Amino acid sequence: MDGIKITKESDARGSFCPGPLMEMIRLVRSAKVGDVVAVISGDEGSKKDIPAWIQKARYELVGMEEVTAGATRILCRKNH
Amino acid sequence: MKKILILGGGTAGTIVANRLAHRLRAEDASVEVVSDSPLHYYQPAQLYIPFGEEDPRKIARSERKLLNPKVSLRIDTISEWLPDKQALRTAKGDTISYDYLVIATGSVPCPEAVEGFVAGADHFYTPEAAYRLYHKLSEFEGGSLVVGVGGIPYKCPVAPLEFTLLAEAFLTHKGIRSNTEIVYTFPLNDVFQIPSVVPVVRALFERRSIRAETFFNLEAVDAEKKVVKSLEGTELPFDILVMTPPHKGAPFLRGHPMADNDGWVKTDRNTLRVNGLPNVWALGDTTDLPISKAGSTAHFEAPVVVDQIEAAIHRQEPPPGKATYNGHVTCFIDAGYGKATILDFDYSHPPAVNEPDEFRHLQKIAFNKLYWYLVPTAVI
Repeated sequence: MDGIKITKESDARGSFCPGPLMEMIRLVRSAKVGDVVAVISGDEGSKKDIPAWIQKARYELVGMEEVTAGATRILCRKNH
Repeated sequence: MKKILILGGGTAGTIVANRLAHRLRAEDASVEVVSDSPLHYYQPAQLYIPFGEEDPRKIARSERKLLNPKVSLRIDTISEWLPDKQALRTAKGDTISYDYLVIATGSVPCPEAVEGFVAGADHFYTPEAAYRLYHKLSEFEGGSLVVGVGGIPYKCPVAPLEFTLLAEAFLTHKGIRSNTEIVYTFPLNDVFQIPSVVPVVRALFERRSIRAETFFNLEAVDAEKKVVKSLEGTELPFDILVMTPPHKGAPFLRGHPMADNDGWVKTDRNTLRVNGLPNVWALGDTTDLPISKAGSTAHFEAPVVVDQIEAAIHRQEPPPGKATYNGHVTCFIDAGYGKATILDFDYSHPPAVNEPDEFRHLQKIAFNKLYWYLVPTAVI
């Protein structure tokens, strides 16, 4: 994810479904159009739930990357 | 003598106060409850007010009368908490100090947090709002009823499902079900946050022709056009909109260093101690724990807090195996038509849900009546 400027990031490790998804929704609500926000989740279900929500809301899934073992950073662009 | 201060006169605060009064000698500790209301509300009864099955004037009783005479009660609102000084300031201008603090100030529905909510939506999370909804449903002649959850977390997670099912039965009895569409909205990708509950709810919805709109995160209500909008871009027209408002912790906790921005107190999931403070506990809706904000949660947490405080006063470790909360929650789901089911679960065991039946419904109705005699008084 080099070169992508993350406006806001939330480390939601330690919280379980639906915590990380609600955290992503909270970040997107407070972001401006064009911002990229990120959530780090330790919950396996987030890798499915968060991209599904991003698709439903017609935002852009910028990417997912392994941060440490069992923890994933999920990036979303608020494009509208 | 140690001073124990309990913030909140709801289910959690009242049980803890009464249990402590039973367990501790007056020369060891004093117990004081601070509540912003002289009344104790049985909040689960609010669900039934819109259907004319509960009288809003009869769901509250005197907190003083529910408390053990050894517990003192102060009616005031906390305006500031100063953990470094072991003190609190109140709206009336008093400063109260403590040796041990229990925070049980609950959750607050915040309809004003959503654009257009107050003008266009209804809810049943206060007796007044539930009574307004009673009038609206009484005059309803059919159309579109949208019921949903306006933000997570919220008080009593099953209540919006129960309202939907009870409304379907109510409209059927009223003879206007066939010309009413019922839509249920939920912020997540399914109809409930606990996966094992979903199949039973889905089956009930299908049998009763209730449409579910998932990934619906409430954004705004257009009261004039009668349309509710989600962050995901979905728009639903309605004649009556019943939305669970976003909830927050008590105002003095919002943004406090010991809580998050919404006022949920950072709490250890097992000891219920407020993180980093050895003499402060939180329980009930107040905590940031990922469990149901429900009366039963408070009921099962209260003995843990009492054991911890008693051990702290006697400078002992809590007895092994006791004084640990395992996440136990029990919730009834009233499905209408005189049937109900029950959810019973903890941190390690998700609920196994059965089809609603008459026995569980009778249990729920009996519990609603017996609450006053058994729960705040700490009989059970």
